[in-house]
Amino acid sequence: MTGPRRPGRTSTVRAVAASLEAAERWELRLYVAGQTPKSLAAFANLKKVCETHLKGRYRIEVIDLLVNPERARADQIVAIPTLVRKLPPPVKRIIGDLSNNERTLVGMELVAEP
Amino acid sequence: MDAGSRRTTTRAKGRHGMPIVSALPKARSGIRGLDEITGGGLPRGRPTLVCGSAGAGKTLFAVEFLVRGIERGEPGVFMAFEETAEELAENVASLGFDLARLSAQKKLLVDFVRVERAEIEETGEYDLEGLFVRLGHAIDAVGARRVVLDTIESLFAGLSNASLLRAELRRLFRWLKARRVTAVVTAERGLGALTRQGLEEYVSDCVILLDHRVTDQVSTRRLRVVKYRGSAHGTNEYPFLVDDHGFSVLPITSLGLQHRASAERVSSGIARLDTMLGGGYYRGSTVLVSGTAGSGKTSVAARFVQAACERGERCLYFAFEESPQQLARNMRSIGMDLGRWRKRELLRLESSRPAVYGLETHLAFMHRTIREFKPAAVLVDPITDFTDSLADNKAMLTRLIDFLKMEGITAVFTSLTAAGAHVEQSEAGVSSLIDTWIVLRDLEREGRRSRALCVLKSRGMPHSHDIREFRITRRGIDIGEDQPSDPPAEVRIRERPGVAARRGALR
Repeated sequence: MTGPRRPGRTSTVRAVAASLEAAERWELRLYVAGQTPKSLAAFANLKKVCETHLKGRYRIEVIDLLVNPERARADQIVAIPTLVRKLPPPVKRIIGDLSNNERTLVGMELVAEP
Repeated sequence: MDAGSRRTTTRAKGRHGMPIVSALPKARSGIRGLDEITGGGLPRGRPTLVCGSAGAGKTLFAVEFLVRGIERGEPGVFMAFEETAEELAENVASLGFDLARLSAQKKLLVDFVRVERAEIEETGEYDLEGLFVRLGHAIDAVGARRVVLDTIESLFAGLSNASLLRAELRRLFRWLKARRVTAVVTAERGLGALTRQGLEEYVSDCVILLDHRVTDQVSTRRLRVVKYRGSAHGTNEYPFLVDDHGFSVLPITSLGLQHRASAERVSSGIARLDTMLGGGYYRGSTVLVSGTAGSGKTSVAARFVQAACERGERCLYFAFEESPQQLARNMRSIGMDLGRWRKRELLRLESSRPAVYGLETHLAFMHRTIREFKPAAVLVDPITDFTDSLADNKAMLTRLIDFLKMEGITAVFTSLTAAGAHVEQSEAGVSSLIDTWIVLRDLEREGRRSRALCVLKSRGMPHSHDIREFRITRRGIDIGEDQPSDPPAEVRIRERPGVAARRGALR
């Protein structure tokens, strides 16, 4: 790794910000089942968060379970929509349409727990 | 809904002749005994709720339901919320279920659904469509006709939005119906309710309750069909067993008195006793041999077993006081070689102590063994330990006797009469169930003890009312094989002096 060690959840906002500067690649997966309002909202909300905090350093892969149903079992998906942060580690899961911006940021560990 | 158009009315005869009028097509669960209670099985193409507290046997019930389905050509999906596929396979291996093999054959799919609250952040609205997709895909992958969700209530521990979960589960049960899979959904027993989350409100067709009770340090498992819409079902609590053969429910109901009565006679194994009865016991009847300690009950009863084996009929011998070895030795001493019949698999000896399990567990065990071995004759030696205390003991025994009669099995029970008790009264509890009752007595006369036998009652046959002396000797070992036509001589009934003249008049 090029940057400093990624801090844990309890660290300060400053430390989180420092890690963001380290140009980590963020790989995100959004699991949906067809173009439902909840799925569309989740994607829009996610996009907004990423553009604000991770511009140029993120990749969102949308997996539609109606197209790839086998992925539900392989990736332990129950709720829809589910956002999985693959990178940076550890893997984090957030379910819901990501409409609560604050909780989304906490869940993705973009900010520390308030 | 589509389920409505499939609704047919089936009229069938139950196993015990009970007419079953059903508005629902049924899927045989394959669980021993359950299909009798439910008049043919679980509602086909619909979910059934199986609830019970921890350790009640819900998962085993569910696994057996799937495995038996696979044996009938109905592939299955097991969605596990509490155990991984490996853990599940290990836990049921002792019951003889090889889940790994069934999975490899693509007849079974086990999907472990992991929902850990600590690992999941919730923000905003969601639904359980992922679970639906997952289950649908699993069903399609193996062509499943049966589905298990064990225990779906775990979702409530993993996700915080209870009202959303309720709505989604309601939708899930509707979805299962639409998919026309026969499903078993397990749930934890709740306080003052069948299930913790009130799932019984959503699964409206069939609810089964499993119970595991320990009374006086003796454990008994019971099953009850709480509800079965559109179907007659037994409402009693039925004892059930879980052992290396899987699940088995003792289905015996008190339908009673519908069995066929055979006019065929079978030898008691004692020629002179046959004469006293005018030709032997009726096939399929129930015989009680009672007497005080040491009066020769086991010997007289075992003669019947010997005779049945000699006819080439299968016999099942439940010995509750002696081990198989001890019994074989003792019978050898009076000229009976039980080992020979065991080797030829005509005779099966089952020994256990009555105190180890509750009465019901015993009866469930006996019931299962009888079904498995399919004997023509059964000996229970003795029933005394089951009949001396409670009224429900009699009810249980009634169930067993009913079952034996339905199956046309000739049964001999021995019963110990306590010293000093009046012979005819001590067994009053069961006497009404008994067709032929033979009483053995110890006599003390002229400075020596002797044994006497009489037929206290024998339904439907003229029989001797004499009290006759008999002796148990060492003679006549293996006479069956050498001189099959000769009457067995090792238990000899000797008439009392002065009776001979009257005997001539009787016959």
